[in-house]
Amino acid sequence: MTKRWALLAAAGVLALAGCSSDLPEDSNPGGGSSGSDTRKSEFFDQAEYDRQLKFRDATPQGPEGKPWEQMLEPEMVDTTKFAKTGGKYTLCFSNAAVDNPWRQVGFKTMQQEVKLHPEIGDFVVLDAEAKDDKQISDIQSLTGRNCSAIIISPNTTATLTPAVEQACGTGVPVIVFDRGVNTSCPVTFIHPIGGFAFGANGAEFLKEKVKPGGKVLALRILPGVDVLEQRWAAANEIFAGSELDVVGVEFTDGDAAKTKSIVADYIQREGEINGVWMDAGATAVAAVEAFQDAGVEVPAFVGEDQQDFLRLWVDEGLNAVAPTYPTYQWRTPVIAAVKILKGEQVPKEWVLPQPRITSDNVRQYVQQEMPPLHYAMCGCETMPGYPGPWK
Amino acid sequence: MTWRPRLAEGTAPVLVVLLLLLVGLAIVGPAYDEPSGYLALLKRAAPLMILAIGQYFVIVSGGFDLSVGALVTAGVVIAARLIDGDESATTPVILLVLGFGVLVGLLNGLITTKLLVPSFIVTLGMLLVLDGATFLWTDGAPRGALSAGFRTFGRGALDVPLLGEIPWSVLILLAILVAAALFMRSGTGRALVAAGDNEAAVRMSGGQVDRLRLLGFVLSGLLAAVAAILLGGFAGVSAQVGSGLEFRAITAVVLGGVLLGGGRGSVVAAAAGALSLEALFTLLNLLGVSGALESAVQGLIIIAAVAYASLGGGLRQRLRLRPKQCNTVQPAPS
Repeated sequence: MTKRWALLAAAGVLALAGCSSDLPEDSNPGGGSSGSDTRKSEFFDQAEYDRQLKFRDATPQGPEGKPWEQMLEPEMVDTTKFAKTGGKYTLCFSNAAVDNPWRQVGFKTMQQEVKLHPEIGDFVVLDAEAKDDKQISDIQSLTGRNCSAIIISPNTTATLTPAVEQACGTGVPVIVFDRGVNTSCPVTFIHPIGGFAFGANGAEFLKEKVKPGGKVLALRILPGVDVLEQRWAAANEIFAGSELDVVGVEFTDGDAAKTKSIVADYIQREGEINGVWMDAGATAVAAVEAFQDAGVEVPAFVGEDQQDFLRLWVDEGLNAVAPTYPTYQWRTPVIAAVKILKGEQVPKEWVLPQPRITSDNVRQYVQQEMPPLHYAMCGCETMPGYPGPWK
Repeated sequence: MTWRPRLAEGTAPVLVVLLLLLVGLAIVGPAYDEPSGYLALLKRAAPLMILAIGQYFVIVSGGFDLSVGALVTAGVVIAARLIDGDESATTPVILLVLGFGVLVGLLNGLITTKLLVPSFIVTLGMLLVLDGATFLWTDGAPRGALSAGFRTFGRGALDVPLLGEIPWSVLILLAILVAAALFMRSGTGRALVAAGDNEAAVRMSGGQVDRLRLLGFVLSGLLAAVAAILLGGFAGVSAQVGSGLEFRAITAVVLGGVLLGGGRGSVVAAAAGALSLEALFTLLNLLGVSGALESAVQGLIIIAAVAYASLGGGLRQRLRLRPKQCNTVQPAPS
């Protein structure tokens, strides 16, 4: 009996390996080229895509050199009904999470921004730890706290919408930023141009720099997150209209070792890779290292504005671009809150400029003394106390 | 003591699987026509193989170590923060990381053996403690940087006469593998397996079961620290570096035919299981299968192995593992 089961189990394991290897033939006829050129992403929205691409060329309104106070094509709304005289505001903030370097840098910048406004007496922050249910109860608890204004950075769009509506219902001005919600009740919704523009910035760079027929590897963190899906949808759209050969679209889980292994595999498999597109730059350095360790030239690269990548870019003279999702947007909600409480006008949708770093200006963003995962586009260099809190 | 551990059990199937996978790689990937391709595979698999060897010591003595993934992350994050790009700090920090691994293993072992908490719970708790502490300490974003010296072990290679460039990680792996195989042939190694198979028998024959299990946990912690040094060297600082590695190591060990619950299996087979797993993932990647399938494959391997352990291992095994259950369920005579 023992032997029979042993055989069965061994056969099972073998069959398992066999089954897995058979899968690609059915679902993925092109081997690695994951049908990206033919299939439009369900997250693709032509109107929004066109709008974001148009925003990139629009001239922002607002003070020069302070992009966190600038706005693109604003429609101002009146806020006199929220005006509070006497100052000493209690500013409340329901934060989705501080679980990644981007949110870390952003949140620190926000805390410093609060210090710049003597009108703010109290800054109450609840961290939802990336849990929808916790954020819903956080928002409920804030509505009972005598907040002058409530800032919300939603964890997810659909689930948090009712909670935001409820907060709006209490009459306190609500400011939403970063990810959106499906309601127009907040006084203002603050965000940079968006994911389509981010993805397009990188893809257009590759379209321009990689020769026709060149092999492009696309690295994504994980599927299903709308911000990241939009980036890929835009890139996919641009690649489809180009002569680039997208040899693979892989998920890295944001893990450096996995990224490096995947890129090394592709270098082996394809012989050469002429361009790498990434939906977020956190593992860009690991991807570049895969080329260095394989002893081949580093191709055209799409990264992000993290210091480790920018330093490598300058040191190695890479041919790269860094679309950014600027962390300076964390300053804007505080500025908006103070404006609203003073009865000044704010845009209904506050669209911030979303710059990209190119080889022409990368040197000005390299800050040797900052940690490797610091985001250059924090707009925090001129804040008092810099660089202390960000280190 | 008339009972003799059968160290070679389970080695043959995994070697067959490994051979099939390597042949598959040779067919699919042009890079695997030459030894350098396999060397690259071995280099990439080295951290997992070392983790699997560590995990083997714990599993074969009747426990689990779920804390190794979090320990790897903690090791890399601590090293980056303390070195902060300073080359001269490399050696002390490497020693400190190894010491930290031993300490965590010691804690796991002591709580398991002295306070009699099941190792599954102890190491799960340790996983959460380490994850939480790492997060608190770093605020979610690791700081500092690893020095070039630290990264040599995971990234660099040594020029060996006659053989050419051999990655450091492969040399370290081979040294550990040989040491582990020799250790398992020694009296202590055999007693470790015996402790997992029949605790009472070892105790009655004068063996120190607690001390043996403690040794298993300490070795697992130490090897997790070694894996952290190699992984940090391979890909640099990351707060995700160790996530999921504990399950990957356990999958590798059971794929190597080591019995969950202890008492059977060889350390070389466990390492071969890790190499097979890495080869399988590489093969799937070369075939263009989505990476999402990896966790599914791991899950299926674990389930198949546990099913094999409880059925193939015979009812005698089941009776010993779950004595309470067997009072209510009348087992069919085999």
